[in-house]
Amino acid sequence: MASTYTPIATTTLGSAAASYTFSSIPSTYTDLVLVFNGGTTSNGPSMLIRINGDTTSNYSDTALDGTGSSAISTRHSNGTYITVTNDVGVAGTLGAQTSTIHFQNYANTTTYKTVLVRANNATSNGYPGVSAVVGLWRKTPEAINSITLTTASTTFLAGSTFTLYGILAA
Amino acid sequence: MPILGILASQITGHLSTNSYESIQTVTVGVGGQSSISFTSIPSTYKHLQIRGIGRTNSGNFYDATQLTFNSDSSASYSQHYLDAYNGTVSASAGGVSATYIVNYYLGGNTSNTFSANIIDILDYANTNKYKTVRSLAGIDANTTGGAINYSSGSWQKTNAITSITFTSTNTIQQYSSFALYGIRG
Repeated sequence: MASTYTPIATTTLGSAAASYTFSSIPSTYTDLVLVFNGGTTSNGPSMLIRINGDTTSNYSDTALDGTGSSAISTRHSNGTYITVTNDVGVAGTLGAQTSTIHFQNYANTTTYKTVLVRANNATSNGYPGVSAVVGLWRKTPEAINSITLTTASTTFLAGSTFTLYGILAA
Repeated sequence: MPILGILASQITGHLSTNSYESIQTVTVGVGGQSSISFTSIPSTYKHLQIRGIGRTNSGNFYDATQLTFNSDSSASYSQHYLDAYNGTVSASAGGVSATYIVNYYLGGNTSNTFSANIIDILDYANTNKYKTVRSLAGIDANTTGGAINYSSGSWQKTNAITSITFTSTNTIQQYSSFALYGIRG
């Protein structure tokens, strides 16, 4: 059987950037997996996901967070992005923040898209902790062809890496 | 080698991607079905991973399925989970002698809205130890509700896993799709 889990694109930021976009994503895979590892230039609470450049209120999310002292949950409805809680948060700490974001059956044109996230901030400053998040993009079903990652109020540090993989089911 | 998928969030740098292979996919057609099965699973891999989206005709925004191995319906299963349901966090155990592992979540009755599921089955072909499963699954239905579940389950048999079945008390709906992957050791 053929191997899959194929790298599609990867970027290491040469300078700080407010956002990063994977565009022209091919529709030839079954799932996408986006791996982020980096940091931010100032304290900021969240990484945000937008799909296909959609800035309307088509997003919602539910998070399960471990803050280091308690387990909490947050929800957002009718948002303009999917929020990844506890994801980026410590000024100048490159590499402490990691996210793995799964876009399953991303290319179908019959279902809304559900996103699964595992994220962490491994330092003891800013917003440390671990998160599991489920997000929904409920635009009239269309294939995902671009994904934009940004933050609520800061920028990604130079050296942050963004890698996109494709998984093809038999 | 680290397990791809769930554990990938603990890895820095690039993943090794030449040992992850697609084995089988089940996609539900018109009319739906009550269960999804992977059968005749080869023993040539080290670990298995199941990735899928799903929805039933449950009366709620979410649903669950019953996960069993090798058609074993005896009291040989147990599980624990950490869960966030509509903003409330809880943790619980599923008993030490259950007849299946509860697999949260599938989507429920909200139109076009499917859950996402990633399930790892470790050392599934080893005949010297019980089998452990872990999963991450979630469903968000905007203002209707949302839930995410992180769980671990045990099948207290030493048999190699050759079949996997998800059974619903409702009907699994069209466009639900689950794919089985093998990870080489």
